[in-house]
Amino acid sequence: MTKLLKDMVSIGLFVWTVAFIPVLTQSGVTLNFVMMALFACLMAQAWNVLGGFGGQFSFGHALFFGTGAYFQAIAQISWGWNPWVALPAAMLAAALVGAWVGALSFRYGLKGSYFALVTLAFAEVFRIVSLSVPFTGAGVGLMLPLNESWTNMQFGSRAGFVWLILGLVTLALCVTAYLRNSRFGAYLQAVRDNEDAARAIGVNPFYVKTWATVLSGALMGSAGAFYVQVFQYIDPGIGFGSHTSVEALVGAIVGGMGTLWGPVLGALALHVLADLTRNLFGQMPGINMVIYGAVLVVIVMFLPRGIAGLYPHLPKSWRRYD
Amino acid sequence: MTKSTALLEVQGVSRAFGGLKAVQNVSLDVPQGALTALIGPNGAGKTTLFALLSGFLTPDTGRVIFKGQDITGQAPHLNAKLGMTRTFQIVQPFAAQTVRENIAVGAHLHTASRTQALAAAEQVAQRVGLADQLDKLASDLTVAGRKRLELARALATQPQLLLLDEVLAGLNPQEIAEMIPVVRAIAASGVTVLMIEHVMQAVMSLAEHVWVLAQGQLIAQGTPSEVTRHPQVIEAYLGHGTAARLRQAEVSA
Repeated sequence: MTKLLKDMVSIGLFVWTVAFIPVLTQSGVTLNFVMMALFACLMAQAWNVLGGFGGQFSFGHALFFGTGAYFQAIAQISWGWNPWVALPAAMLAAALVGAWVGALSFRYGLKGSYFALVTLAFAEVFRIVSLSVPFTGAGVGLMLPLNESWTNMQFGSRAGFVWLILGLVTLALCVTAYLRNSRFGAYLQAVRDNEDAARAIGVNPFYVKTWATVLSGALMGSAGAFYVQVFQYIDPGIGFGSHTSVEALVGAIVGGMGTLWGPVLGALALHVLADLTRNLFGQMPGINMVIYGAVLVVIVMFLPRGIAGLYPHLPKSWRRYD
Repeated sequence: MTKSTALLEVQGVSRAFGGLKAVQNVSLDVPQGALTALIGPNGAGKTTLFALLSGFLTPDTGRVIFKGQDITGQAPHLNAKLGMTRTFQIVQPFAAQTVRENIAVGAHLHTASRTQALAAAEQVAQRVGLADQLDKLASDLTVAGRKRLELARALATQPQLLLLDEVLAGLNPQEIAEMIPVVRAIAASGVTVLMIEHVMQAVMSLAEHVWVLAQGQLIAQGTPSEVTRHPQVIEAYLGHGTAARLRQAEVSA
């Protein structure tokens, strides 16, 4: 079996299994958990495209999240768009912001911590601008009018949202599988591992990294648009706040950068952990960030390749999937 | 060497880093299909010259002409597309990837298909003797293996001109003896090769024509046996006055 076929089969099995959860249970708590876990998966996967496969550590993925979220809200409230049309357009808007920030950063050769700082700065600039300009609702934020119907992407139950986010996660998984089995992906990983060596054998690093930012931005934008549909509210802090960036990158790093299933595992593990401790500590605001930080330190020290990095250490008979 | 057969023409190329004139007014013609070498003592500017030719650095003055096109200062990836690929003296593997994946990156220059690139990688691996290590991680290779990988990746781009920066450095005598036929076979397959090399045994047995660079300037050129007898070359390597002393020793012997 080729690697691509194996990837697609495993994605198929995952989607098939998760898609049945809303059929098997009506429990709001369960479905809410599944939905939020998948939401975290999507953000981690989006970050993984640029950070894991491209080696460009963004500290400002909230930039794309907020762009997608605000676009989704404004398109419906101000322009009267249908949300199903707004969603791909919101992804496109986030992708364009990605193209702009990526082209600007890579044109001037920003790498490593400098790139991280620039992305953080861009997210902050967007947050502050959205606090003051009128079309984002400034500090008050934007409220999406309640209008429950399938055509309006406001589902009566959590089940609809679970399927919607599962669709977006599937898209992200397919993008990742594409990166693992294509020339573009090979070039991206080559640039990550050694930019000069890649240039010498015909890779244009600027082009490759900028496109990775575009893809990563589009996926992160879809997470933002999804958020608006579920919670029907967005403000500058939620949209462009750094906690979103942190959640995206911690999920990918804890799970395993540059892998297919790492970000899914990482986001799931963190989500379970955050949920368990929420019961322990009550609703102490920000406690999940403290936990994420602690987990990140432990993982970077002891498991630099993340949870997915444990895979080669499993007994051989367990390793069906390579 | 007539102009019509030169694959690469270097015309008066210079480059300075602050006060250090790393390469000064170097001109040379690499003939099509030849296996040639660039030698010189440490710090002579050989690697800088390679960087100027391949586009990693832009010359302050002078021109680089490849296949009749002026490519002075053109980005390395465009030069690779045109048919000129370099390797690095300090090997630069994509450490997190397997040997097969490493070589496939080079092969992708001429095919978008993953299957074709991976198949091409296998063929190239055979040419450089890496066929039995295809699924190893590049970071697990020995120094000799990494040198071969460096060569394989460049070769996978199907270059017309291959710039080899010390592919034999750091190898033991047996590994050098194994590598020489590999380089010779590449040249025999029609690839023009310009190599920087310190291992004189290899230069003597491989190169048809040698340029000698010292302190940024070309001081001699010719066949390997000609340049090793050249007094200026002897002095560049062994110090001032050595040539005269050696000549005397030869006469009295």
